[in-house]
Order: sequence, then C-alpha cells, then structure tokens
Amino acid sequence: MRSIWRTLDRELLRNVGAVAAAAGLVGASFGAIAVAAGLAWWLPLVMSVLVFAGGSQFMAVGVVASGGSPVAAVIAGLVLNLRHLPFGMAIGDVLGSGWRRLVGSHLIIDESVAFAMGQRDPERSRAAFWACGISLFFFWNLGVVAGSVAGQAIGNTDALGLDAAFPAALFALVLPSLRDRATRRVALIGAAVAVATTPLLPAGIPVLLALVGLLAAGRAPKPATEPTTEPTTDPTTEPTTDPAADPAADSTTAPATSEESR
Amino acid sequence: MTMVAVLALAAGTYGFRLAGPLLRKRLEIPERVRRLLSMAACVLLVALVATATFTQGHGFAGWSRPAGVLVGAVVAWRRLPFVVVVVAAAGTTACLRLLGVS
Repeated sequence: MRSIWRTLDRELLRNVGAVAAAAGLVGASFGAIAVAAGLAWWLPLVMSVLVFAGGSQFMAVGVVASGGSPVAAVIAGLVLNLRHLPFGMAIGDVLGSGWRRLVGSHLIIDESVAFAMGQRDPERSRAAFWACGISLFFFWNLGVVAGSVAGQAIGNTDALGLDAAFPAALFALVLPSLRDRATRRVALIGAAVAVATTPLLPAGIPVLLALVGLLAAGRAPKPATEPTTEPTTDPTTEPTTDPAADPAADSTTAPATSEESR
Repeated sequence: MTMVAVLALAAGTYGFRLAGPLLRKRLEIPERVRRLLSMAACVLLVALVATATFTQGHGFAGWSRPAGVLVGAVVAWRRLPFVVVVVAAAGTTACLRLLGVS
C-alpha cells in the first residue's frame, strides 16, 4: 500500500479527493432518499457496502419505492451493473492476482476504471485504481450513513420535496453519457415507453421495458465511437474534467469517458 | 427492499466484477456489445428518471414534482454542483406544495 501513495502525485491525489468528496455527497442523498422511501436506516448502508454501485442502488430503491417487486428491482440493478464485466476485462491486469484480485474486483466502479485507464504507465494505473477505489468506498459509505441518519430525522419528506430530489439527482448522474447522440435517442425512446406503460403494467416492469429502446441503437460503432464520445469530456467547455471528475458514484458516466481514454 | 434482494444484487454485481479479471484472457467482448451494455445502463436510469418524475403508482404525480425536477435538470445542465441540483429540485417542489400546488 505504501508504494501506492509514493507513486501518486499531487494532481492525481487532488482529483481523487474531488471525486471522493462528490461521491460522499451523492451517497448522502442516496441515504436520505432511501430512508424516505421507507427503508430501515441501516439497510442503505448494508447495500452500499455490499453492492457498492451507486446507479444500481438508486435504481433498486427507486423501483421498490414506486411499488415494484424486489425481483424487478434486482433485475434492473443487475442489468445496470453488467457493464462492470467489460470494465474488469479492460483493467484486469491492474488488479494483480490472489487476494488483490478478490478485493480489487469489488472496487471496480466507473471512477476507478476511468482513473486507472487515464494513466500512462502500469505502475501509476495501479496506484490510481487503488487510491480511487479505496477512497470512494470510504466516502461513499460515510455519506450514506450520514444521509440515512439525517433522512430519518426528517418527518414529512414529501413536504420537503425529496421525491423531486431523487429524479433530479439521477438525471445529474446520467447527464454526461447523454451527450452521445445515439445514447440520447435510445434513452428517450426507452423513457417514453416506460412512462406510457406505467398506467398499464405492474410497477417495476415499465422501467425494464425501456430496454426496447436499445433496438434503435443502430450499428455505427465504427464511425460513431471516435467523434461521438469525444464531447463527453470536452476539455474546452469543462475545465475541471479529467477522466473521472464527475460526481457520479458509479453511475453511467464512465462508459463514455473510459471508452475515450482507452 | 428486503435483505434478500440486497444480497442477490450484491452477489450478482460482485460476480460480474470478478468475471472480468478472470475471463479477460479467454473471452473477447465485441465493441458492439460493450456499447450496448453502457447504453443499457443509461436507458434504465433515464427511464427511472422519467417514471419517477411523472408517475405515482399508476397515475400522474401532479405538477409540483415535475416542476422541481425540471429546475434541478436545468441546474445540472448548467454544470452547477450536485448539491445545488438536489436542493434546487427539492426546494422548488416544496415551495409549490406550500403554495397549494399538488
């Protein structure tokens, strides 16, 4: 572990720190929102420690809060987390082997992958991955505890508008990946399908049904990947952007950024 | 949300994560599939945003919530910090409800 901290330079540490602090805030809102949705205060924490994938945690809680079955919630969360498989293949050699691989696999999130892939040499990749993974794990869970304790203290969450905070927070997390035009089209079609079928189908199913939007994905990966993923981390419009300087604790932000930094 | 659901989600997620480093020498995922996977994640999240914004149970959620989400979305789009997004959305909806808008 000591060699990791020696390899990290100031700039990298500062970037990791910024991302970790942001993750703490997102974690706090997750905790508050989950408790507002009726979860016991400790359940969001257990979930955050064991799942450690913010997007899928928001997803599962959101599906259950809307009256969906836990099965639908788990399926939606798992579909969301399928992307970790190619992530792991991309940075597998960064993890090492043995217990490092077992522990490191749990720390594969959008941000740690993006940080690892953004480095030039393997030594720095390894250091960046572990520094990012460990600090995000710490701050994310710390934020969740703080959020759920605070959320519990609040009585009437609807009067405070927390039900609006949830979709808005989620939107902020997916926004960077919506800069890709094809992704945007597919997502809008899916959202329309989900809203239109909500009055008719059991809760939780409409969100899964949104996946039919993928049929409009088209095939154009060849010409599309280079120019369309570029704007997601456009350095001219966003001075603070590095491959992972996004507040998303493991949402869908990195697929675009990590593709780019590959 | 039950403990069993949390454990199932956790186990499945860890499985996906561990499978990457373990299978990377034996399996090649085509670029097209990778792209679809990251799109799928985005589609699900946007669908959840949409349904959580507009619907409550099987019906319309009322106007105060979408109005708050809209304000939050604009704030996010202007690249203001995450906290501001959350506070702006919740604050707008709370104010509208205080004024009697459902």
